[in-house]
Amino acid sequence: MTEVPALTITEPSQATRRAQQGKGYWQRVWERLQRDKVTLAMAAILALLLVMVVFPAWFTVHDPYQASVLHRLKPVGYPGHWLGTDEVGRDLWSRMVYGGRLSLVAGVLPVFLAFLIGGFLGILAGYAGGLINTVIMRLVDVLYAFPSILLAIAITGILGSGLKNTILALTIAFVPPLVRISEAVTAQARHLDFVEAARASGAGIFRILYYHILNNVLGPILVYATSLISVGIILAAGLSFLGLGVTPPNPEWGLMLNNLRQALWVDPVVAALPGVMIFITSMCFNLLSDGLRQAMDVRL
Amino acid sequence: MWAYTVRRLLYAVPILLGVSMLVFALIHLAPGDVVDLLVPPEVPREIADSLRHRFALDQPLHIQYLAWLGRLLVGDLGISFFTNRPVSDELFGALGNTLVLAVPAALLGFGLGTLLGALAAFNRGTGLDKLFSATAITGVSLPHYWVGIVLVAVFAVVLNALPAQGMGPAGIPTSWEQIQHLILPVVTLSLIPMGVVSRLVRANVLEILSQEFVGALDAKGLLRRRVLYHVMKNAAPSTLALMGLQLGYLLAGSILIETVFNWPGSGGLMNLAIFRRDIPVLSATILVLATIFVAINILVDVLQALIDPRMRR
Repeated sequence: MTEVPALTITEPSQATRRAQQGKGYWQRVWERLQRDKVTLAMAAILALLLVMVVFPAWFTVHDPYQASVLHRLKPVGYPGHWLGTDEVGRDLWSRMVYGGRLSLVAGVLPVFLAFLIGGFLGILAGYAGGLINTVIMRLVDVLYAFPSILLAIAITGILGSGLKNTILALTIAFVPPLVRISEAVTAQARHLDFVEAARASGAGIFRILYYHILNNVLGPILVYATSLISVGIILAAGLSFLGLGVTPPNPEWGLMLNNLRQALWVDPVVAALPGVMIFITSMCFNLLSDGLRQAMDVRL
Repeated sequence: MWAYTVRRLLYAVPILLGVSMLVFALIHLAPGDVVDLLVPPEVPREIADSLRHRFALDQPLHIQYLAWLGRLLVGDLGISFFTNRPVSDELFGALGNTLVLAVPAALLGFGLGTLLGALAAFNRGTGLDKLFSATAITGVSLPHYWVGIVLVAVFAVVLNALPAQGMGPAGIPTSWEQIQHLILPVVTLSLIPMGVVSRLVRANVLEILSQEFVGALDAKGLLRRRVLYHVMKNAAPSTLALMGLQLGYLLAGSILIETVFNWPGSGGLMNLAIFRRDIPVLSATILVLATIFVAINILVDVLQALIDPRMRR
């Protein structure tokens, strides 16, 4: 064994320490996330759900549209249909797996679109101030006069049902809160010293927005948007539940709940099953958003 | 204080004008106009056009909007296409029924939410905190219309203990029968506000507890319950703002719960209006609900300013 001189500090360890001290924000967020077991578990469940809806055939044996007069409303555990069948004899498990496609698209896509639109308008209003701010924020105030669900129901109710109108309605319902959050965080960031310094040094508006503002406001806006996903899932399925969203015979969780309502007195368990998927999905997104908020150290 | 209230009320005018424009635009975005809906397609064009002329539907849009707005301002919400009765008759009865659901649900949800959130924060990190926080996040994650279905399945189908549908005899609930009809929908509706309020109260109280003035209050020997009072008073303004929003969501969001329980409220009316394409009823319901929401928000702003003078900018 060779003795290591006590006072010699080897090069690698010094480099490591420097690297640790100079770690980027996102790297630290990632490390905190890795230690958060609940968030990781939720991410894993959502990843599994994503695989299921992208490749539903791997998880099911029955065609989700295949009806059967002889096998209507069979209970959970029925041979060949482990979760039973719905009111026209379609395999409930198949419909729940395939149903995730529309439910996820109708729940997540509006939040994403509203994140882009609302984020853009909010950052613009917050940075530009003045007239632009007044115009954007007063328009948003008008939309804010509607509770989001009322706005979504009004739009789909008047324009008609269907996936496209559901996505349109929910996007419009989610834009106002995202504009408000984006405007608030941007207006704060605008007066930070380094932004003033960048402006004083002659940086252009887009350069400042891209390098200095965006880096500082994207985190909070993103965290807020992820917290809306669970609302999006619940509302999208809710619209279908009211008959305003996805149209039959497409499998969709909310629509399945609506169709099975008449069967409640025949088999309450089967009738309530599609709701479990909505609950699990929205719960996962909520906990994931909470974990993200903690890891990113965002206060809203 | 009065100046602030007046300013807040005045600010509602442009908002409500914007709201009315949006609703008007939505109605005119709908495919086809009123005459297309009312008159069968085999009726000759001239008759349809003469009807359009009679209802002033051939006028430019801004004239139609002003006429419509003028009627709204004198309280004329129009006539239902379907029942031929004034919309206001149907709407205000239905709104009353919705309030019968929403008010107890709000009281239950807000009360329980504040209690759970505050208890969780004061016992941070304990098992109690974890239990209450888990309850809260479950409350905000549950699709409430599904909870309604499950409650009906358990208490009406399996146990046969509570009625599954309707509100029983109309009016302010006083008899046991009416209260029985209320239990399931009220519990269902209170879940989301309970979860949302409890999460906010917990976060707020934790934040306030970490501020120096709480330590100072403790240090000067104030009774624990007096300290608690100061903490809760500081948490009140933002909690009130959230409660206002949630009350609006309760009134508007009850459409899902009213559908589950066949409750004859404003949500049920809206649902019917959508499927009958009864545009006057639909637009009036949307307009009145949005106006109530704006009024609630003004009330909340004024209450906030009463509690926290800094808000009276």
